[in-house]
Amino acid sequence: MLLIRLAVKNAFRHRLRSVLTILGVAVAILAFGLLRTVVDAWYSGVEASAADRLVTRNAISLTFSLPLAYREKIRAVPGVTEVSQGNWFGGIYVDEKNFFANFAYDIPSLLAIYPEISVKDKDQLSSLLRDRKGALVGEKLAKRFGWKVGDQVTLRGTIFIGDWDFTIRALYKATRAGIDESQFFFHWTYLDETLRATMPTRAGQVGFYMVGIDDPSRSADISRAIDAQFANSLAETLTETEKAFQMGFVSMSSAIILAIKLVSFVVVLIILAVSANTMAMSARERSGEYAVLKTLGFGSSTLALLIAGEALALSVTGACLGLALVLPCAKAVGSFMTDFFPVFLVSDQTITLSLAAGVAVGLLSAAYPALYAARVGIAQALRKVG
Amino acid sequence: MAIPLSYSWRNLLTRRVTTVLTAGGMALVVFVFTATLMLAEGLRQTLVSTGSPDNVVVLRKSSETEVQSTLDRQVSNIAATQPELATDSQGRTMAAREVVVLFVLPKRTGEKSNVVIRGVGETSLELRPQVRLIEGRMPAPGSTEIMVGQSVLTKFAGVGLGQTMRFGQRLWTVVGVFDAGRTGFSSEIWGDAEQLMQAFRRQAFSVVVAKLRDPDGFEPYKARIEGDPRLQAEVKRERQYYEDQSKALSRFLKVLGVSLTGIFSVGAMLGASITMYSSVATRTAEIGTLRALGFRRRDILLAFLAEALLLGALGGAAGVAASSLLGFLTFSTTNFQTFSELAFGFTLTGEIAATSVGFALFMGVVGGFLPALRASRLVIVEALRSG
Amino acid sequence: MSSGPLIEIRRLYKSYTRGGQAIPVLTDVSFEIGRGEFLALMGPSGSGKSTLLNCLAGIDRVDSGEIVVNGQDITLLDETDLARWRSRSVGFIFQFYNLIPVLTALENVELPLLLTGLTRRERREHAAAALAAVGLSDRSDHYPAQLSGGQQQRVAIARAVVTDPDILVADEPTGDLDRTSAEEILTLMNRLNQELEKTIIMVTHDPRAAQEAHVLRHLDKGELSRAADTPGR
Repeated sequence: MLLIRLAVKNAFRHRLRSVLTILGVAVAILAFGLLRTVVDAWYSGVEASAADRLVTRNAISLTFSLPLAYREKIRAVPGVTEVSQGNWFGGIYVDEKNFFANFAYDIPSLLAIYPEISVKDKDQLSSLLRDRKGALVGEKLAKRFGWKVGDQVTLRGTIFIGDWDFTIRALYKATRAGIDESQFFFHWTYLDETLRATMPTRAGQVGFYMVGIDDPSRSADISRAIDAQFANSLAETLTETEKAFQMGFVSMSSAIILAIKLVSFVVVLIILAVSANTMAMSARERSGEYAVLKTLGFGSSTLALLIAGEALALSVTGACLGLALVLPCAKAVGSFMTDFFPVFLVSDQTITLSLAAGVAVGLLSAAYPALYAARVGIAQALRKVG
Repeated sequence: MAIPLSYSWRNLLTRRVTTVLTAGGMALVVFVFTATLMLAEGLRQTLVSTGSPDNVVVLRKSSETEVQSTLDRQVSNIAATQPELATDSQGRTMAAREVVVLFVLPKRTGEKSNVVIRGVGETSLELRPQVRLIEGRMPAPGSTEIMVGQSVLTKFAGVGLGQTMRFGQRLWTVVGVFDAGRTGFSSEIWGDAEQLMQAFRRQAFSVVVAKLRDPDGFEPYKARIEGDPRLQAEVKRERQYYEDQSKALSRFLKVLGVSLTGIFSVGAMLGASITMYSSVATRTAEIGTLRALGFRRRDILLAFLAEALLLGALGGAAGVAASSLLGFLTFSTTNFQTFSELAFGFTLTGEIAATSVGFALFMGVVGGFLPALRASRLVIVEALRSG
Repeated sequence: MSSGPLIEIRRLYKSYTRGGQAIPVLTDVSFEIGRGEFLALMGPSGSGKSTLLNCLAGIDRVDSGEIVVNGQDITLLDETDLARWRSRSVGFIFQFYNLIPVLTALENVELPLLLTGLTRRERREHAAAALAAVGLSDRSDHYPAQLSGGQQQRVAIARAVVTDPDILVADEPTGDLDRTSAEEILTLMNRLNQELEKTIIMVTHDPRAAQEAHVLRHLDKGELSRAADTPGR
């Protein structure tokens, strides 16, 4: 089609301007893609949660614990298949900057509830289960600090004061994407036995229970059944699905997430301004040509198509370039921000949205010039040529 | 004498659409930039004004926040009775043993968030002159009455005057609303320390807050408390304590804001370049004329740089003006370090405004430099011919 | 005032490279221009007359040769000195007037004075006087787009003389004007030559314009083929 060829040729007539515009669109789409990925990273815990898991915790807040005795009572609730007790340990490795999630867990039941956490090496698994001070570490985390199986690691407790020594006994890999591979688990019994000796008042206390259930569709009933058992007791419980529990963490930062979402649209507006400017300038310079085309009998709608085609050629080229950069950049940012966002993956939705943003920028930036070209009087525009 | 500024300015005026679009793009970048700085500043000011300069906080050793800290009765009694501490008009030592716990409350939006409940003593209010009762009355000592901060009232559901809450197997009645200005206390709920400790089955206080007789007393007080191995306690100036609380969040805001605007500004600078290149292209003959008249390359360079600077100034002014409207909003989020909800505002300072406009001018200069250089390098004869 | 010619041109060579090939434009051109002369340069398109004018006016460089003005060889000046020399010694009149569209008539005339040490007030006075001299005092606040071609060219002439240069160079000053306006412009230039003793060098295609000059030189294929005193009117 001659018109399409003309649109593409027009787009690259001012080579410098076209290159600058494309670069601008590319940078904006890159920023847009990264911001969407940051938002997704926030929700990674929610994404990773499974429908057949519940979390039971103290109704007051997560900073309050539950007695260990609840474990068997929860287990006895119909529909519950497995219960694992855990505590957020909050230990620091050498320096506060080296943040990663570390938990005391009942490891055998944890592995049963979390099939996504897989220890390939059976020897590692059995030595982990044998060693009271053994730790189970994600491969990504081990890589970050250069840890190998058999290494000694000391964490400084902030909630449970003191230096705690561990031996890394096993590494785990996630069986599907989106699962955090940078967590640190150790035996709950190690924590409890140590506390029994040093701080007896804090022993026998569980931060939260992870509950496996047989039928995800009954999660609401089972949650109610668990909470009913402990109603009006000294430590009332709140049981919710893992997803809702994770969502609670996300919603704490909802204002920040909203701000990032808004800002990701601001960058599209910025680039819209840049691209619209380019198109407005091109249209003004070419008003004579538009007049010639009109004289030849082309209608305003054809001219509008021509201009839209030109704008799209620029913005879509830019968007593709930006998208091509998103993946390597996300990788770089992800490894840089690994303590903030252990999971940092570009989703398909982000790619679709970015492309849509590119097309939208192209079409919107063509709007004013198309209107201008449609309105331009033949005689007046031709005079401009001369 | 160089080419007058009005020449650059009028050229911007003649190409109105282009000028508005280019400056608009920059304004958006400046808006984001200013907004993040304002937010970080608002957070800092909130936490700094939460702490009083001559108050000290005593926490359990190596616990970073009040919520993590526990001080048993004996330790807190020792910390609250030291010679460096001030006394009030009735001769009481100005020290309060407080218990601080997190409590999950539903927000008005339906989400849930952690709120700080502070169990206070008789002197707590005297130690915090920022806290003023604005509605209802003070909770009676030894009762299950509570008062809520203004930010809590606006953000959370079911905490209005006269409403009741159930926790720790008891019913708590809201009898007062207090305003603590832009401080962290506005995001707290206050009740009686002993009652709350019973309700939450806690044996120990969280912190001791005390006022020093004079600021110089800090070092000896700190040395005595921290030097006593039985206490296992840590002393911080209250202001320092609250500033430390905001470090992670404000660093996060700044890093996010600066890296975002860094990327965005590339787009805006490319926009400025496009505009200025086109400005040079359409005025080639004019540039030739000016050169023929005897203006030097430098004059041309400066005239076009001035034009780019004016573009930047327009964008900067618009961006700062728009972001100043944010001053009417408050921002409420969970502080990563304390795990509790904190409300703070967007605070515009002269320094931030200046930095933002400076940033806009910088974008203008960077975007306009190459086009201006091209303008100044035009060969006179060829430039004249292009007319 | 010193006697002798104002401008001496000696053995001027100039060529352009186009497509890797050197195309000679001026070949061994030598002549003199007397003080107070009104010289018309004629010749077919591509004869090099505009190039010669540009070199004389100091906006183009020669390959070799000398252009001595008032005893100073301007081909030896560096960029900055040449700019300063132009601002003091040369006034420009272009075919398409080349007024700055965003400046008013008065401001356009004032523009070259920015390069002098005059105060703002003096500049305004000088500019107003120059505009009055071309008969456009009542148009001083008009922008170029609001003026006719003839009026624009008169503003350009006011701009050319406002710094009181010795030399006026005009490249096809009537080329874009109707007959009446063209005559007005030529009369004006003649007055400048007669009354203010400006030395005028004009490139033109227009035989009527050439008639206005005292001296007529033809340029063809880069060579000055004939020099003749025109009879004048």
